Parts: sequence; structure tokens; C-alpha cells
Amino acid sequence: MAKITYRQALNQAMAEEMERDSSVFLIGEEVAEYQGAFKVSQGLLQRFGAKRVVDTPISEAAFSGLAVGAALYGLRPIVEFMNWSFSFVAFDQLINNVGSLRFMSGGQFDLPMVFRGPSGGGTQIGATHSHCPESWFAGVPALTVVSPAFPEDAKGLLKSSIRSNNPVFFFEGEWLYGLEGEVPDAEFLTPIGEARICREGADLTIVSAGYSTHTALSAAEALSASGKEADLIDLRTIKPYDFDRIAQSVQKTNRLLIVEENKPFAGWGAQIAYDVQRRLFDWLDAPILRVTGLDIPQPYNGKLEAQVLPNVERILAAAHQLLA
Amino acid sequence: MVADDPGVAVAEPNAPASSLSPEIQIGLYRQMVRIRRFEEKSAQAFMRAAIKGFCHLYIGQEAVAVGALSALEPRDAVITAYRDHGVALARGTSARACMAELLGKQTGCSQGMGGSMHLFDREHHFYGGHAIVGSHTAVAAGLAFAQQYENTGGITLCLLGEGAVNQGVFSETLNLVSLWKLPIVFVIENNDYAMGTSVSRSSAGLPLVNRASAFDLAGRVANGMEVEEVRAKVAEAVSLARTEHLPTLLEVNTYRYRGHSMSDPDTYRTKQEIEEHKKNDPILRYRQKLEEREILSDALAKQIDAEARAEVQDALTFAEQSPEPDLALAFSLPFSPEDQIDPIPRPRYSDI
Repeated sequence: MAKITYRQALNQAMAEEMERDSSVFLIGEEVAEYQGAFKVSQGLLQRFGAKRVVDTPISEAAFSGLAVGAALYGLRPIVEFMNWSFSFVAFDQLINNVGSLRFMSGGQFDLPMVFRGPSGGGTQIGATHSHCPESWFAGVPALTVVSPAFPEDAKGLLKSSIRSNNPVFFFEGEWLYGLEGEVPDAEFLTPIGEARICREGADLTIVSAGYSTHTALSAAEALSASGKEADLIDLRTIKPYDFDRIAQSVQKTNRLLIVEENKPFAGWGAQIAYDVQRRLFDWLDAPILRVTGLDIPQPYNGKLEAQVLPNVERILAAAHQLLA
Repeated sequence: MVADDPGVAVAEPNAPASSLSPEIQIGLYRQMVRIRRFEEKSAQAFMRAAIKGFCHLYIGQEAVAVGALSALEPRDAVITAYRDHGVALARGTSARACMAELLGKQTGCSQGMGGSMHLFDREHHFYGGHAIVGSHTAVAAGLAFAQQYENTGGITLCLLGEGAVNQGVFSETLNLVSLWKLPIVFVIENNDYAMGTSVSRSSAGLPLVNRASAFDLAGRVANGMEVEEVRAKVAEAVSLARTEHLPTLLEVNTYRYRGHSMSDPDTYRTKQEIEEHKKNDPILRYRQKLEEREILSDALAKQIDAEARAEVQDALTFAEQSPEPDLALAFSLPFSPEDQIDPIPRPRYSDI
């Protein structure tokens, strides 16, 4: 095991898969000569050349669509969005083409592609740069949505995503890139659709994903200090999410708290809450609660943004309400 | 040469238009007649509600698809917008598979999931039928990117309506293909109207071919009522793409006789305007030309017409007798089976 950053984990995943399969290439803004806006692609240009590490103009719609065409033809593009908030100018490509073409062609064409980049707030860059669109894309039937919280999962899931024959939307985080963690030295794949148990406890189940997992972990530690222990489930994959692992925990704790950074209306937590109440109604001792981003556009002001994001204080308040 | 499939004219490399063999000329004529008869049959089927949704006919524009696609090789890729029946037929998709798709049947080329606007045929390198205006131009660039990446020697032909040129993604795409010297030919099928909005009301800087110069593409113009001219201009552009990796923007001026779709009452132009254009009918003109060249006899013309009518009637009968797709088929299509990783669970969130 080596201790590396989340950023290095992603970099290793791409390098290993590009080494393994010549049809894999990386395309996006500043991925090559600049070495990545967040240095995730550092060194890849030098190693694989400009044919396979492709700098683009600021043209998300065109390069996303170009990647769709390349995938239809049989290549395996990795498309980097400098920020998922910038993907919206390519929304047509992502929804109508990535989301429909396999189905609409009667299954004739596959789209083995990964769209990846950071999402979420916390860096004071304002409402247009702080979106969490995971749930929006999860609403499209053919899309797979992955959001790892730890370096090991970032590497193992990105490798699985690149090898998947289906389009995977892969959500990273600016706050996550510098996070360090142990990652196995030998090659490994993390299965898409399986959650990770971050800590165990019998009083309460907390489900989270991406950077919010770390906030939830801090809250669970604080809760422990007050004598209550939470199961913390890091989804890793938002769609398809690991219902069975959640069910197993809820049948033990009978209480469910969902922590998600996106805005509340129809966020992914709402789907989980629906499924759990529908299938585990008799196991619940309290209403399911969700701690989400507050229902306003992201403010620039740092103190306000800290309140808008799911934070330890709000998670603890919700936990106490559930346990009361 | 004319390919084995009677409907498909395949390029004879480097054959100048002036020296097309009689077989090729007859092939071009036959292909246009086939598309015309197919579209007339589609219109009838739509009128009696066998075809639902949208149905955009190609009548009047046959020389564009037929001329352009006849300049291609089988390894080349073809992609177009939603007025795609004629393009699919010219590429080699059977009339049966096209008609069955229009009727939403399982035997359709997209298994009834795409419909009129979304015909696909992987076997013939036909990458669709795309119905969001302009969207497919970027996808086309990706096909050309992949051809260059894999060094296949193939090129991509992307047809688009003139209404698509004002979508931002098209300008972005022209920039990319020029910057990266992708082997691609864009054919603007300028039929004067984007639905009901004429070119002059929608587009600055006419003629549209001017858009090529901003991005340093080769810009060309062709008369879309002359099948041999379309073929020659596309052949030149294909050669530039294949050998020089230079993309071309070719504006082909054509005209559609029917409304934008079958639901269009056609109130934005006069009957007289339509009748004027019909005097330039691409099939009629080509027939006269072939008769003057003594390549096409009246008997052969009648035979070609009869064969086309029989083929499209057969296609309609086949489509009508074909089964509807079921939900089990539909649910099997969104995801490709995995072969490099373990299967991903795919719960149906609509199941309760």
C-alpha cells in the first residue's frame, strides 16, 4: 500500500488504462500542455503523446459531441470537464446523445466513455461554478453516476468506468484532489454499484457520497463522543446505488439520515428515501431525514457558503432529531 | 461499378462525372426513383396513421443524398439530421428495414425505438438520423476523429439542413475540424426553409458557404437538382478529406416539395413557388439527360419505376406484418453488456 492523493489516484487510473488499451484517450480543456487545470492529467501528454492527450478549445458542446462520435466508432474517450458546471453548455450532447443513442439505434452502437471532473462547492467561486449536477444526470435512464470520496475508490472506480462499455459520469471534487489515502500497489478494480462502509454503529445509518462523506464522517465522530454510534455508508456510486447495503444497515439501526451536497428538490437522496420507505417501512422508527445544500444559489461569501453546504452542525442537529 | 444490392451505387474511385459509366448513371437514376417512391408510400402510410409522430419527406432533394453518397466508399461514415429516409436508402439500408422503422416495428433498422428521425445502420456505417438540429455535426467530427485516430483511410460525410448552421455547436465543430484537419465533408442541404423560416430571415452573411472561410475550410457550392454535379463536388471534397485531411463545407442548393414534416400546412410559401421548383425536378432532369445520352429508354425507365413501386409496396407490407417491439426488448437496449468488468446492477427504478 502506498499513500497517495486522490489526484494521483485518478492520474494512475488513466495512465494504467491508457497503457492497457490504445483506444482510450483523454480530451478536454488544458489536459495536455497545461498538465490539467487541477493537475489530474500531469505527465500524461509526455507519456502518451498529443494524439491521445488532446487539448481542446473552450468548446464543451463540440468536444463532448466529438467524443460521442469517437465512442460510436469504437474508441473509449475520457472527457474532462474543468468543472462539471461547465458541462451544461454540452447538455444536449450529454442527455440526447450520450443518454439516448444506444437505445434509439436499437442497441447497434455502444458508448464506452467517461465524463469526469470536479463538482460541488466550498471554494467560493460563486453560483455558476459550484453546481452538484449528479442528480440531474442520474435522472437519465442510461447514465451511470459515480462519485468516490477516497483515493482508493477514485482509482478503482475510474479504472472500472473506463473499462465499462457504457457511459459513466464521474464526479470528483476540488476539495478531494489533495486528500491522501492508502491505495493498493497491485492492480485492482472497484466495482461500480457497491457502497463502502466507512464506520459502523448500531444507532443510526448515515448515507452520503463524494466530499459530503468526509463531512458526515466528522459528524459521526462527534456523535460518537456523545455516546451514539452511526453506520456511515459512502455510496461511491450514486446510480445504480447499493440499496442492499443500505437496507442491511437500516434493518439494524431503524433510522436513516442522508447527507447530499446537491439542492434538496429531487436530489438523489429523495430517491433513496422513497425506496427505503417503500420497501422497509416497517423497519423505520423515525421519518427519514435529509441534510442537503440549502435551497438557494451558491453564495460567494465564505461564511454563507459554509452554511449552505452540508456541515457538521446541521448533520448533528438532524441526527439528534432522528434519535430523539 | 454498381454494387450487388440493386439500390446502392458505390464510388468508382476517381471517375470524373463526365465519364460515368452507363451503369453508374442508371444506378443514380434508379436510386432517386426508389427514394421518391419510398417517400410517396410513406406519405400515404402517414395519412392513414400507420406512421405516427413526425415524418419528414425527402421528395425534391433526392439528388443530394444519391449524388453525395455515390461518391463514397463502404468504409466511409455517413451521418445526417432527421430528414434521413433518403440518406439511409442511398447508403444501402433496405426499404423494408426503413419502412418498418417508420411504422415502429421490431424489424425496423432501429428496432422501433428510433422512428422516422432516428434511422441507424451500423453495417453500412450509417450513424443516424439525428433530430436535435445541429447536434450531430459535433458527433460527425468525432467519427472523423476516430477515423484519423485509427488511421482507417475512411472519411465522414455529414449532411445537415441549412437551419442547422446557426446553432452554436456547428460553429464550434467547424473550428475543431479545421484546427485538427479531420477527414470530413459537411454538406449543407439548403432547401430554403428551416421549417417555415426562410434562409434570408434566419441567416446573415449569405451565401451560407461563406461560413467556411471563417474557419479556413474549403468552401464549395453545388446545384442540388443535378445529381452528377453533387456527385462530382462531393467526390472532390472526399478526395481532399482522404488524401489531404482537409475538411470541406459544401453548400448544396435544393428544394423540398412537401412541408417541413407531414404536419406542416405549408403556409409560408406560395404554390406557385413550389410549382416553379418542380420544373427543376432532379429525377425529371436526369431522366431527360439520360434519354438524350441514349442511356435510358422509355421501357427501362418504366421498368425502374415499376421495380421501385414494387419494392416500396413490399416494404410497407413487410412493415405492416411485422411484430411490435415489447417492453422486454426496450429494457434490454439502454445498456451494453459488460465484457471488461463485472456486470453492473441495473435496477429498474420504476418497479415498485
